[in-house]
Amino acid sequence: MPLNTTTTPPFVAVLVRGLLAGLIAGLLAGAFAYVAGEPHVEAAIAIEEAASHADPATAGAHDHEDALVSRTGQRGGLFLATGLFGAAMGGLLATAYVLLSRRRRGDDDGRSGLLLAGAALLGAVIVPFLKYPANPPAVGDPATINQRTVTYLLMVVLGLVAVWAGSLGYRSVGAQAPTWLRAAAAVGGFLLVTAVSYVVMPSFQEVPADFPATLLWSFRLASLGTQVVLWTGIGLLFAALMHHERRRRAGTALPST
Amino acid sequence: MSSSASSQPVVHPAGSARLLWTALATVAALTLLAYLVAFDQGAVSRSGMYLHELMHDGRHLLGVPCH
Repeated sequence: MPLNTTTTPPFVAVLVRGLLAGLIAGLLAGAFAYVAGEPHVEAAIAIEEAASHADPATAGAHDHEDALVSRTGQRGGLFLATGLFGAAMGGLLATAYVLLSRRRRGDDDGRSGLLLAGAALLGAVIVPFLKYPANPPAVGDPATINQRTVTYLLMVVLGLVAVWAGSLGYRSVGAQAPTWLRAAAAVGGFLLVTAVSYVVMPSFQEVPADFPATLLWSFRLASLGTQVVLWTGIGLLFAALMHHERRRRAGTALPST
Repeated sequence: MSSSASSQPVVHPAGSARLLWTALATVAALTLLAYLVAFDQGAVSRSGMYLHELMHDGRHLLGVPCH
C-alpha cells in the first residue's frame, strides 16, 4: 500500500490550514501596512482634499470628509481587508496545492507549498505591480477606474501564465540537462510571456504633475512590502502547518515510529 | 529533449471527480471573498458603500486599483 493513502490529509484538512495560514499572514501584512503604509495614505489624502477644496468641480468623486466610514474606521478596516484577503488567498493556495499534489511525486510538502506561494508572489503580485503599480489616494483618474480594474485583473492572470510558462520551460528541458540550462529555459519562458504582456497591455499615466515623487515611491514600496509579507507569511505558515499535520498523521498511522 | 516524471503520479483513492467539484466550489467561494475585499461597491455585499469604504486603505495598500 502506498504511504500516501494513510498520510495524505483530506482536502478539508488542507483547506483549513490554508485559510488559517492566510488569515494570520493577512493580519501580519495588515500590521506591516499600518506601520509602513498608513502615514503615506494619510499624506496622500491630505493632498487629495487640498486639491478638491481648491477645485470644487473635481470633489465628490471620493469625499473623505462626510464619508460613511471615518478615517479611524478605515485605518482599522485595513486589518479586516488584509485578513479576509489573506484568508481567501491562503484558501486558493491550499486548493491549488491539493489539485497539483495529484501529479506530484513524493510528499515534500514544505517545498511545494513554498514554491506555490513564491509562484503566486511573482505571478500575481510582482509582474502586475511592475506594469500597474499601486496608487495612493489622489493618484488615478476616476474616469478610467473600470478600464484599470479590468487590465489589472488581466495582468494578474498573465503574470500567472508567465510563471506557468516558466515551469513549462523548466520541464521541457530534460531532467538530465544541466541545471543552468533548465533554469535558463524557465527564465526564458517567463520573460517571453511577461515581455509580450507588458507591450500589449495599455499603460496609464495618471499621476498628477504636482504629486510628490517621494511620497509616491514610499507608498508603492509600502504596498509591495504588504504583499511580500502576505505571501511570504502564507508560504511559511502553510508549509509549517502541513508539516505538522503530516507528522501527526504519520504518527497515528505508524505508532511504532 | 523531452522527459517525463520518473515515478508514477500519486492517485487519490477517493473519487477525483468529487474532489474536483469540491475544489471548484471552494475556488468560487474564495474568489467571491477576494472580490468583496478588492472590488465590490455594494452590489454583492448589499451593504451600500459601507464595506467598500471600510476596506479603503487595505485596497490601496494591497495594490488594487481603487479610484
